Amino acid sequence: MARNVSTGRKAAVTALAWGVGLVIFFPILWTVLTSFKTEGEAINAHPSFLFFDWTLENYHTVNERSDYLAHFWNSVVIALGSTLIGLLIAIPAAWSMAFVPGKRTKDLLMWMLSTKMMPAVGVLVPIYLLARDTGLLDSKTGLVIVLTLVNLPIIVWMLYTYFKEIPGEILEAARMDGASLGSEILYVLTPMAVPGIASTLLLNVILAWNESFWTLNLTAANSAPLTAFIASYSSPEGLFYAKLSAASTMAIAPILILGWFSQKQLVRGLTFGAVK
Amino acid sequence: MNVTARALMGASLLLAATSAVSAQTTITVATVNNGDMIRMQRLTSDFNAKHPDIKVNWVTLEENVLRQRVTTDIASKGGQYDVLTIGNYEVPIWAKQNWLLPLDNLGADYDQADLLPQVAAALTVGGKLYAAPFYAESSMLMYRTDLLEKAGLKMPENPDWGFITDAAAKMTDKAAGVYGICLRGKAGWGENMAFLTSMNNSMGGAWFDMQWKPQFDKPEWKKTLDAYLKLMTSYGPPGSSSNGFNENLALFQTGKCGMWIDATVAASFISDPKESKVADKVSFAPAPTRAGGSNHGNWLWSWNLAIPASTTKADAAKTFVAWATSPAYTKLVAEKEGIANVPPGTRTSLYKNEAYLKAAPFAPMTLKAIEAANTQKPSEQPVPYTGGQFVAIPEFQAIGTAVGQQFSAALAGKATADQALAASQALTSREMTRAGYPK
Repeated sequence: MARNVSTGRKAAVTALAWGVGLVIFFPILWTVLTSFKTEGEAINAHPSFLFFDWTLENYHTVNERSDYLAHFWNSVVIALGSTLIGLLIAIPAAWSMAFVPGKRTKDLLMWMLSTKMMPAVGVLVPIYLLARDTGLLDSKTGLVIVLTLVNLPIIVWMLYTYFKEIPGEILEAARMDGASLGSEILYVLTPMAVPGIASTLLLNVILAWNESFWTLNLTAANSAPLTAFIASYSSPEGLFYAKLSAASTMAIAPILILGWFSQKQLVRGLTFGAVK
Repeated sequence: MNVTARALMGASLLLAATSAVSAQTTITVATVNNGDMIRMQRLTSDFNAKHPDIKVNWVTLEENVLRQRVTTDIASKGGQYDVLTIGNYEVPIWAKQNWLLPLDNLGADYDQADLLPQVAAALTVGGKLYAAPFYAESSMLMYRTDLLEKAGLKMPENPDWGFITDAAAKMTDKAAGVYGICLRGKAGWGENMAFLTSMNNSMGGAWFDMQWKPQFDKPEWKKTLDAYLKLMTSYGPPGSSSNGFNENLALFQTGKCGMWIDATVAASFISDPKESKVADKVSFAPAPTRAGGSNHGNWLWSWNLAIPASTTKADAAKTFVAWATSPAYTKLVAEKEGIANVPPGTRTSLYKNEAYLKAAPFAPMTLKAIEAANTQKPSEQPVPYTGGQFVAIPEFQAIGTAVGQQFSAALAGKATADQALAASQALTSREMTRAGYPK
C-alpha cells in the first residue's frame, strides 16, 4: 500500500532537492557566466550575477590561441578508447567473478580496488620510463593503455555488482539449451546487463575525460587532450580568470551534453537491481 | 609518354616532395601562460618567415604543472621538449646536473654583453650561460599617492619597515574597505616564502649559516615574522592567508590596498587604466629595509629559455632561442605591439631607450630594483647558498613550501609566531639532515 504523502511534505522535499541541485551546479554556472565577462569584471570584488556587459571576447581569444578541435579529438579518442578496451577486458572478468567465484574472488576484488588507493604520482617515474622506452610518450595509444589500466578496477567492480543481480539460473538455462560460453556472455548476459554496462561506460568516459594527472604528464604537443587545453590558461601572474572560464566551459560542454542526453540511462544503470 | 614513364615521373615528384617535407625540423617549446610568452607565441610567424626549415610546436602550461612536467622529462631524458621556459631557480641546479646545454654561441646579433649583469650572473655556471633570459623582475613597493597624502605622509627615498607600519596604520580605513597594506599570505615557496625570505634578508637574516644550519631560532626571523604578522593582522585585508599575487593584484586594482610589496611586473598592470581603477594614483618606491640597513631584500626572478641536453635538435633549438631573446626580438615587439609591451628587465639598452622610458614610467624603478638584487650574496651574513627570495638548492621547493604552511597558519591565527618558527626550525633541520647537508 502506498504511503500517504502530504502536498506540503512533497513541496518541501522538492524544494530541498532543487536547493541541493543548485548548490552543486552553482560553480559550473559561475564558470559559464564568468566566461562571458571581461577580465576586469571577472575579478570585481562585487561581481554582478547577470547584469554585466556580456562579451564573446574570451571565446574569440581562446580559439585564436589554441587548436580546440585537435584537443577535443584527442580527448574523444582517449576517453572512448580506454573505456571500450576496459569493457572488453572487464566483462569476462566480472562474469567469472560473479557466476563462478573462487575462494579468493573477494580478496582479488579488494586487491584490485586497493590499487586505486595509491597516489598516481607514486608510479609516475616507472610509467614515464616505460612509455619513453616503448616510444609511447605523447601518443594517444600510450594514454589509452594507461587510462584503461587506471580505470579497470572501477569497471570490473561496477560490472561485478550489476552481474551479481542477474539470476544465475537464467545462464544455466542457456547452457542447458546448448549455448557456448561465448554465446552465453554475448547473447544472454550482455543484453540483460545493458543498463549496467551503459552506465559503466558513461561513468568511465566521464572519468577518463576528466583525468588530468596522466593526460598532463604523458603528453606534450601531439596528443594533449582538453585537460592540457585548460591548463594552458591558468597562470600565477596576471589576469586570466575569464579566459580560463571560457576554456573550461568549452572543455566540459561535450561531456555535459552527453550527460544530459543519457541521464535516464545513467540513473537506470546506477539504480539497477535496487528494487526487486 | 607511356604509362610506365608517367608513373616513374609521378613517383619521383612524390619522393622530392616528401624529402622537402622531411627536411623541416620540428621543435617543441614548453612555456608558461604569461603575457610576454603568449605574445612570443603570436609572433612565431616572424620566426617561420626567417627560418622556413624549422616548425615550432607550443606546449603552454600553468607554471607549477610545467615545472613538474618538464622536471620529469628532463630527469628521465624523455626528450619531449627542445626548448624549455624555466626560472633562475632551476637554471644553476639543472646546469650542475648537466641537464642543460651551454648557450655559448647564440650568434653575433645576440649581444651577450648587453644583458643586465645581475640577470646574466644568475644564469651563469662555471663561466658559461646556461639559459637566455626572456624577461626579468625584482620586487618593489607600490603605493597609492592619494591615500599617503591623506595620511599626511611623504614617501622617503628609502623607506624602512617602521615607516611602512606607520603608513599602513594611517592609510587603513576598514569602514571604507581600504587596507593599509596587502602582502602575500598563501603558502608556497614561490608565494608567501618569496616575500618572507626577501623580508628576512632585509632584516639582516638568512636561511642557513655556513654549516647549513637553519636560522629560524635566530632573532632576525623572529623580528621578520612578528613585523609581518602585525602588519597583516592589524592593517591587512581579511582572509589574507589565502592571498597570492593575483588576489593582491585584484585588491590593489579595485582600490582596496594602500601599499603592496610584490613583483615589479605588477607595475604595468596597476598603471593600466583599462584594468585598474587606481591607475592615475599609483607610485613606486624601493622595497623596505630595516632602519639603517642597506639590504632591501630585492628578489630577482627571470623566465629564461634553455635547451635540455636530451634534445636531438640542438641547432634548431638554439636558432629559436637566439631569435626570441635577441635585441631584434625587442624591436619586433615594439613595431608590432607597441614599445610598452617589450619583455622587460633583461637588457641594458632597453633602459636607455627614451621611447621605452616614456611609455613605461615605472621602468627606472624596475631597473633600480633589479640592479639592487644580489643573487650571489643574498644575505648580509656569510651564507653557503645563492638565490634571493629562494635558496638555490633542489630541496628548497619542498622545505620552502612546508615552512610557508607554518607561516600561513600563523597568519590565519592557528599558531603563534614562536610555534611557527619552532616547527619550521625542526622540519628544516630534519629535511636538511636527511639530504646530507649539515657539515
